[in-house]
Amino acid sequence: MESIRDKVAIVGMGCTKFGERWDVGVEDLLVEAAYEAFQDAGIEPKDIQAAWIGTVFSGITALTLSPLGLQYIPMTRVENMCATGSEALRAASYAVAAGVCDIALAIGVEKLKDSGLTGVKGPAIVGDNPDGSSGIGSGYSAPASFAYLGTRYFHHYNLGPDEGKRLLAEIAVKNHYNGSLNPKAHFHNRLTVEQVLKAPIVAWPLGLYDCCGVSDGAAAAIVTRADMAKNFRADPVYIKGLAISVGARQGSMRQDYDYVHIEENVLAARKVYQEAGIKDPRNEISIAEVHDCFTCHELILYEDLGFSARGKAREDIDGGTFSLKGELPVNTDGGLKCFGHPLGASGLRMMYEVYLQLQGKAGPRQVKDPRLGLTHNLGGNAGMGVASCVVVGNERTK
Amino acid sequence: MEEGGGTMAGITSIGAYIPMYRLDRQEIGRMWRTKGSGGERAVAGYDEDAVTMAVAVAQDCVRRSNKQVDGLYFATTTAPYKEKQSAAIIASVLDLDRRCGTADFTNTLRAGTTALKSALDAVKSGSAGEIAIIASDCRPGAPKGRFEQILGDGAAALTVGSSDLIASVEGSYSIFSEFTDIWRTEADAFVKSGEGRFIDEVGYMPLMQEAISELMKNSSLSAGDFSKAVFSAPDVRQHADLARKLGFEASRVQDPLFTLIGNTGTAAALMMLVATLEEASPGDRILFANYGDGCDAFILRVTEEIARIRTKPTMKERLERKRFIDYGTYLNWRDLVPFEASSLPERAEPSLASRWRERKVISLLNGVKCKKCGTPQIHPIGQTVRICVACQSKDAFEEYKFSDKKGRLFTYAVDQLQPTKNPPGLNGVIDFDGGGRLICELTDYDLDRVKIDMPVEMTFRRLFQGKGIVNYFWKAKPIEGF
Repeated sequence: MESIRDKVAIVGMGCTKFGERWDVGVEDLLVEAAYEAFQDAGIEPKDIQAAWIGTVFSGITALTLSPLGLQYIPMTRVENMCATGSEALRAASYAVAAGVCDIALAIGVEKLKDSGLTGVKGPAIVGDNPDGSSGIGSGYSAPASFAYLGTRYFHHYNLGPDEGKRLLAEIAVKNHYNGSLNPKAHFHNRLTVEQVLKAPIVAWPLGLYDCCGVSDGAAAAIVTRADMAKNFRADPVYIKGLAISVGARQGSMRQDYDYVHIEENVLAARKVYQEAGIKDPRNEISIAEVHDCFTCHELILYEDLGFSARGKAREDIDGGTFSLKGELPVNTDGGLKCFGHPLGASGLRMMYEVYLQLQGKAGPRQVKDPRLGLTHNLGGNAGMGVASCVVVGNERTK
Repeated sequence: MEEGGGTMAGITSIGAYIPMYRLDRQEIGRMWRTKGSGGERAVAGYDEDAVTMAVAVAQDCVRRSNKQVDGLYFATTTAPYKEKQSAAIIASVLDLDRRCGTADFTNTLRAGTTALKSALDAVKSGSAGEIAIIASDCRPGAPKGRFEQILGDGAAALTVGSSDLIASVEGSYSIFSEFTDIWRTEADAFVKSGEGRFIDEVGYMPLMQEAISELMKNSSLSAGDFSKAVFSAPDVRQHADLARKLGFEASRVQDPLFTLIGNTGTAAALMMLVATLEEASPGDRILFANYGDGCDAFILRVTEEIARIRTKPTMKERLERKRFIDYGTYLNWRDLVPFEASSLPERAEPSLASRWRERKVISLLNGVKCKKCGTPQIHPIGQTVRICVACQSKDAFEEYKFSDKKGRLFTYAVDQLQPTKNPPGLNGVIDFDGGGRLICELTDYDLDRVKIDMPVEMTFRRLFQGKGIVNYFWKAKPIEGF
């Protein structure tokens, strides 16, 4: 089996400001992200040979892309829950690697705030058929579906409720600090641990500040053949690995699943490290953008992605390992927590930050001499999920 | 009228169910700035109704007997559907053979004893072997009204058969009466009644006296020949008046339980009979009478078999297991107050076709067990399992019932956002004894006592209403002390 490593490069990216974008529609978000990417890559819209759009709720079929005015090229909508943006990038990258096109667009968009709802619209039960179901799943919220992890993690590692909550709060404080340095992030407020702890509880142990923002936004990437990349720019970013792991609800049906890790995360990470040739992720990866939809998920992701030993995330959090100036900065742009989470855009938004970091263009958030960056998404939740990992680097080794 | 010839018929098992919630009548009084009458009333949980309580009581009744029933008669005045049989829903949840006779007895408070008479007749005639009679009611009393205080929610059950009787039926007497004392028309949301003394003096009192006197006369018995008198009444005062008029000493009259749970409608008389039988001794003769558009009266004789049904929970234990709710919660649970809709997305409407395909998941919580690796499994939203979640074998399964399995709470989520009438929502990952895992809602818990590894059992409840149908499913609840 061949690897995607160093066959495809990202040569242009764009990302809208995320937030409650009352004044713009899906069409504006798409144009905003795409044209930034076109300009960044130094290309014209007519140069795009194929496009993939990722969206979960903001339109069906590739007709969603019609606002961009692309002229009769192949276009496809993809959906893979919260990994949808990464799925668009995967599709475009594979098409380029297959040699069926040389310049492809991957774009993700979500306009969540038009629904007037709190949280994300769609079936309350993940996997419920919106056209009708037996209606027997319990109707818990997305925060609750991740609270199972927090509750069990505290129990498993014998963390008292105060200590457990404090640990989660440290993650929120870090991501809000990073977001405050990012003009495109949804939120810019810095928080103290005390503020996080005092916030109303949503689903114990998750309080308001343990939950990510629900936002509007779009992000886009232009991908091309690695050997053509330098024709576009001096500092392309190369795809080192693309991995997706999808569960079959083992976690919700099998007693051997422990609710202190997510198997899909672990397997997607293992696959991407193998493809990218990474043996020691903690030391080889310079920056990671991970799916911090809820702080307890970022907590277990440190362990699932191999950054911390099992049960040792606490020591690394307290050691500042994942802060902006730490050994392995995580969610330098504010993460889902603070940058916001328009589902279809999120994977590409994460890549946007890694791309900027690898090019040394992340401004006040810039980490020192990064070489490899990782993006991670999880669609679904503990017990049933779609995990995606992408590794990119700023050097082509082949 | 003598019970003549043929097969003997009598009671073979009993069961009672009282929901765990209580509304203190002082709390009702506080709300309306009036003097609340004494005691408390039982209130069905927000996810309970006459059918779910019937399932719970039938399980209690069946536990005390080892016989398969071939008939199920359901008595209620508060069926969830005006058109669609409740007995069939209950029978499906009890996993009864499809040839089981099912019938709803309804529209009168006498429905429970009318069902009992019909069951006795069926068993005596040989057309049925063992019949379960289940009475369950959640009657609506208008806020601020008398019935709000008097009524209570609950269910009681008997089985009737021809062998292993715990009590034989020595005689019975029934009359009907066309008299408008208590009613609800199609358009009435609440129970209505005529003026108190009028309906008492013209209806309840003379009619009960007539039926009971005739029955005693036919059997050449008098009040002194009975160990216990068990009879229904609209309220405490009328109950006491009738006992006095019939010449029964207070000590030989079964407490109607009105101060403890309220008048449970069709279930009330049977509930009282269950309480009496639990404490009865072999040879006891019991007068049992029920009122509603007439009167059914019976003479029962307790047998040696009575020891068999003296298992937990006792009525006393059922009465002690309780949690008080406030009046606002009561209004909310009974849909008596409009409230702002959740800002969360609405759930998908249930599909009748999907519910039909998944009927055994819904009624029995049936999953499958892999014949290759032995792993019990059930899909969290009821999809058919075709591929084993453990060994990936295809279609190598036998059916596996989870509803009767106990389990433990592996982890849980307390959800402030969940649209529930009992916030916050509590959802758990349940690991069943013997294998299998299910994520489901919990109910009847004390939030402060919920913890990982807590033992739970499954209970049949209403999940939510959609597309105009009542969406029943299983929830986990903590296993109580009994």
